[in-house]
Amino acid sequence: MLMYRIARKKPLNAAVTLMDIEAPMVARKAEPGQFIILRVDEEGERIPLTIAGFDREKGLVTIIFQVVGATTVKLNQKNEGEYLQDFVGPLGNATETEGLKKVAVVGGGVGCAIALPVAQKLHAEGCEVHSVIGFRSKDIVILEDEFRACSSQLKVMTDDGTYGEKGLVTDALDALIQAGNQYDEVIAIGPIIMMKFVCKTTEKYGIKTVVSMSPIMIDGTGMCGGCRLTVDGQTKFACVDGPDFDGSKVDFDEAISRGAIYKEFERHAYDAACNLFKKEVK
Amino acid sequence: MADMKMPRHAMPAQDPVVRSHNFNEVALGYTKEMAMEEATRCLGCPKMPCKSGCPVQINIPAFVAKVAEGDFEGAYEVIHRTSSLPAVCGRVCPQESQCEKYCVRGIKGEPVAIGRMERFVADWHNSHTCELPPRPTPNGHKVAVIGSGPAGLTCAGDLAKLGYQVTIFEALHKAGGVLVYGIPEFRLPKAIVQKEVDGLKELGVEICTNTVIGKTITIDELMGEMGFEAVFIGSGAGLPKFMNIPGENLQGVYSANEFLTRINLMKAYREGADTPIKHSLKVAVVGGGNVAMDAARCAKRLGADVSIIYRRSEKELPARAEEVEHAKEEGIIFRTLTNPVAILGYNNPEDKRDPKNGSVCGIRCIKMELGEPDEKGRRRPIEIKDSEFDMEMDCVIMALGTNPNPLIKNTTKGLDVNSHGGIIVNEDALTSREGVYAGGDAVTGAATVILAMGAGKQAAASIDEYLRNK
Repeated sequence: MLMYRIARKKPLNAAVTLMDIEAPMVARKAEPGQFIILRVDEEGERIPLTIAGFDREKGLVTIIFQVVGATTVKLNQKNEGEYLQDFVGPLGNATETEGLKKVAVVGGGVGCAIALPVAQKLHAEGCEVHSVIGFRSKDIVILEDEFRACSSQLKVMTDDGTYGEKGLVTDALDALIQAGNQYDEVIAIGPIIMMKFVCKTTEKYGIKTVVSMSPIMIDGTGMCGGCRLTVDGQTKFACVDGPDFDGSKVDFDEAISRGAIYKEFERHAYDAACNLFKKEVK
Repeated sequence: MADMKMPRHAMPAQDPVVRSHNFNEVALGYTKEMAMEEATRCLGCPKMPCKSGCPVQINIPAFVAKVAEGDFEGAYEVIHRTSSLPAVCGRVCPQESQCEKYCVRGIKGEPVAIGRMERFVADWHNSHTCELPPRPTPNGHKVAVIGSGPAGLTCAGDLAKLGYQVTIFEALHKAGGVLVYGIPEFRLPKAIVQKEVDGLKELGVEICTNTVIGKTITIDELMGEMGFEAVFIGSGAGLPKFMNIPGENLQGVYSANEFLTRINLMKAYREGADTPIKHSLKVAVVGGGNVAMDAARCAKRLGADVSIIYRRSEKELPARAEEVEHAKEEGIIFRTLTNPVAILGYNNPEDKRDPKNGSVCGIRCIKMELGEPDEKGRRRPIEIKDSEFDMEMDCVIMALGTNPNPLIKNTTKGLDVNSHGGIIVNEDALTSREGVYAGGDAVTGAATVILAMGAGKQAAASIDEYLRNK
């Protein structure tokens, strides 16, 4: 029986946690842009998480997640040395980086966790990387040093101006383009609404923009079709056709709507999971 | 001498009203007495027409004779000689179009209830025998089996019995393939599937779950550094089909695969389950096959009013007659000669934040009539002009079949597929790659459990011959 041990657990801020998972078969093949599916325990649901890093030699895969629902609450209760029930991957297609000379990487919130390995890969391949990372506020800024290390320019944006520059990532991106930077491509990873507006920003300059979609899915191998999106008027499955797509062709409003189907259920489950946790702590 | 007066024994079943609110098995199975009586209806035809109708060639008259004698373990031995999953097949095989179709008793009356007796024998064995089969002597050869559905389980079982060291690779977290994610508990209890899987483990078969061939490991790696001398691909049918009509990506439109997987594999029907499912009031299931019936009957059990929407007439429904009958008894409405043209979505122009925005509120259909027969001999459905009408629905489930999964094809050089994407094999189940065999839905497209088992069996025999002559 394969076991997926939590080799390291590190909180990045109050709501975001990093874990290194022992999964040598996944680490062996993982590439930036791909995702894994995990289950915390025997009764758990299957959730997809985009790979935030990997160490092929040590057989580790890094995941970074925000505690937003019942499953991520349960995941966050697991400690170093404990095990996850299931961990499968790498799934989906890797982000295409070949031939890119100058790229702007835009990350929003916990999306920065999956934008980072893409930026690192581009940097390692000799591409000039400009990164723009955005957060609501200073206390939730993550991975700033890591981005700085692989970017020749880094803009940190906060909605409330408590850190970096006040404003949205699209403001900083627009300014970089206005300053004369000619990008082969913009890669945007974050909340759907952010990716939508990054695409709106780059559209007027005609810059190709790649987005990473993370819809609801079950198997992650094409079997269920739950992750379908409309791209260029056609139905695509994020798990086998993506998760990266040309952002100018993605129907973001539909993706937002589809993502909300279990909102009510998730809210109840989240409350229940938190209450259970509180009881256990007492 | 067979009793010619005795009618075919009906299958005891849960009351339709009761069962449409639970997920317990519908058909309850014969008692010992019923099975023994039913067995006396068999004429014991020396030509065994029934056997010729069985994809795995069970010696049916021989096992039925044992049942008549009350020697149930003897009957099990006869079945088990050629069928590795009798408790499964006794439940989900379309016997009416296989063994029972050729039963001589069926010409003037009703055929012998072969499937029901098979189920009885398998269940009797499972509850009375705890003796483990002897472990075969290993022959030192390694074979990989991709997929743990009926094709893979059968192939692995047959090879393990011959002494091969077999490893099954399964993409999901649980073994069983369509038997666990697709077919509902009320038709095939998951404990029965687990028993079959455990039986394989007893034979020494290793099962690696959470391993996606084509992603985690490629076929080239299996046959290279991992040292497998032959591979069987039983990865099943693939991506669910949609109709490409407006509204198909609204909230509340499911593929049957997703709907059934949430319920069967993830147990979303249970109170307090971690995996969510939409509890709808009015559900439309589009399609007329067994998968459509399963989805409809699950939706009913979750408390919805359910309609099956099918473009041909009731006569052409591809589902088993028994499934259609069960669905009707449970109150599922059949809207035949009807085809969807659009799924309608809720949109509140006054309030953009209305949580119902973007969810299904109805389905627009068109009436159909039957025209000339097509190349398969089925009459082609034709739209009746200006006959569109709307029905109120809050969930739509698409059960239209599947397109092949590209994961293995895309990562395996030299593996030929046909224009539908199905893997091409010869009569020995051999693909265009040496040592790589395939069978089941991955080859044929969506078909039945027993045909997949037959293919797994053929492949096991071919692999054995190939490796013995290598």
